[in-house]
Amino acid sequence: MAGFDKVVNSYAEAMAGLEDNMTVIAGGFGLCGIPEGLIAQIKTMQTKGLTIVSNNCGVDGFGLGILLEDKQIKKMVSSYVGENALFEQQLLNGELEVELTPQGTLAEKMRAGGAGIPAFYTATGYGTPVGDGKESREFNGRPYILEESITGDFAIIKAYKADRYGNCIYRHTAQNFNPMAATAGRITVVEVEHIVEPGELEPSQIHTPGIYVDRVIQGSFEKRIERKVVAK
Amino acid sequence: MALSREQIAMRVAQEFQDGDYVNLGIGIPTLAANYVPADIQVMLQSENGLLGMGPNPTEEQLDADMINAGKETVTAVTGASIFNSAESFAMIRGGHVDFTVLGAFEVDVSGNIASWMIPNKLIKGMGGAMDLVAGAKNIIVTMTHADKHGNSKLLQQCTLPLTGVNCITRIITDLAVLEVKNQAFYLSERAPGVSVEEIQSKTAGELVVPEHVPEMQF
Repeated sequence: MAGFDKVVNSYAEAMAGLEDNMTVIAGGFGLCGIPEGLIAQIKTMQTKGLTIVSNNCGVDGFGLGILLEDKQIKKMVSSYVGENALFEQQLLNGELEVELTPQGTLAEKMRAGGAGIPAFYTATGYGTPVGDGKESREFNGRPYILEESITGDFAIIKAYKADRYGNCIYRHTAQNFNPMAATAGRITVVEVEHIVEPGELEPSQIHTPGIYVDRVIQGSFEKRIERKVVAK
Repeated sequence: MALSREQIAMRVAQEFQDGDYVNLGIGIPTLAANYVPADIQVMLQSENGLLGMGPNPTEEQLDADMINAGKETVTAVTGASIFNSAESFAMIRGGHVDFTVLGAFEVDVSGNIASWMIPNKLIKGMGGAMDLVAGAKNIIVTMTHADKHGNSKLLQQCTLPLTGVNCITRIITDLAVLEVKNQAFYLSERAPGVSVEEIQSKTAGELVVPEHVPEMQF
């Protein structure tokens, strides 16, 4: 690699340095906007004891769900995990830990983590099990709880286009958690549909500036649809 | 007679005002989108990052990168915007979304809501519900007045783990429209043909009944 060129040519290079018991932040909402090839690489590497921070955990046989097959995940930090039988089974067996986190709080934890903010107050979750044991404080007569931010050893991201310098744009609702996740990884890896040359993306339209990105890899995507609903 | 799901959705849609930004939860709330009066415009917010959600696509329009918060394929209306999850919840938590409509297991006279967790049953997660109830300016809860065993879902105090506290001000059930204030449910409308006595018998929490309770108009 030279200068700002962040393109790597293999998934092995893309995920080099991932070790057991690390924390990985993954972009995506359901199966939309997930880094399919990077997840598959983690399965290939058989890294164990992972803490995965992601809104969901894929489905049986696809997305992050494939990391359950060989029990690679120790803990999930998610807002909603009801889509896979294997997840349920490992949770009930005590083989998997889950930290349910409100969706907006999860996004903000990543955003704050990437922005160097260690914690923030939010009204979300006050008076609920989410607020149990957390510091609370009143501002202007309303109670808030203190939520700590999240950073990861790795962040794995799916973008539509990235230039060689790592500037990224996302397509439609495949954006979701990806931009925040990209800021919160010590090593941020982006898997993209199209790699372009610097200058080809309009600077003011870039969603994730390349400063957050360490590695870019050309992916190929199945883009499975979780709930296909068409107009009658 | 108790309202059908569609009729509850029709009554919900009467609450919308021209120019409202609205977030609709899964189930009956989503149906309300079908009954928005023709003379007003509302913009639907989907918390995965879409403001201006349109109907489901045709086979030709189908796009894996266009989904709603229920993970169903959708389209965007003209004038829609798409953004990241932090931006989406800034809209919600910052009080910019005018209306949130969501279902619940229980609501109580303090405006507390329980909608995400039944102990000893599988817990899938709260998704965006806790953010929505903490942030929206107006929240409407839609649910059946009683569960299938006849137990009231409108309680003096919720028994299930909460989704949010002191946040619910209006409830639309299959039997009635109620306001939540002053530590009581105030009956404001009843479903056509449903008696005040039936509503009273199925409301466990403190219920205030005015002298005249009009029927819902459709």
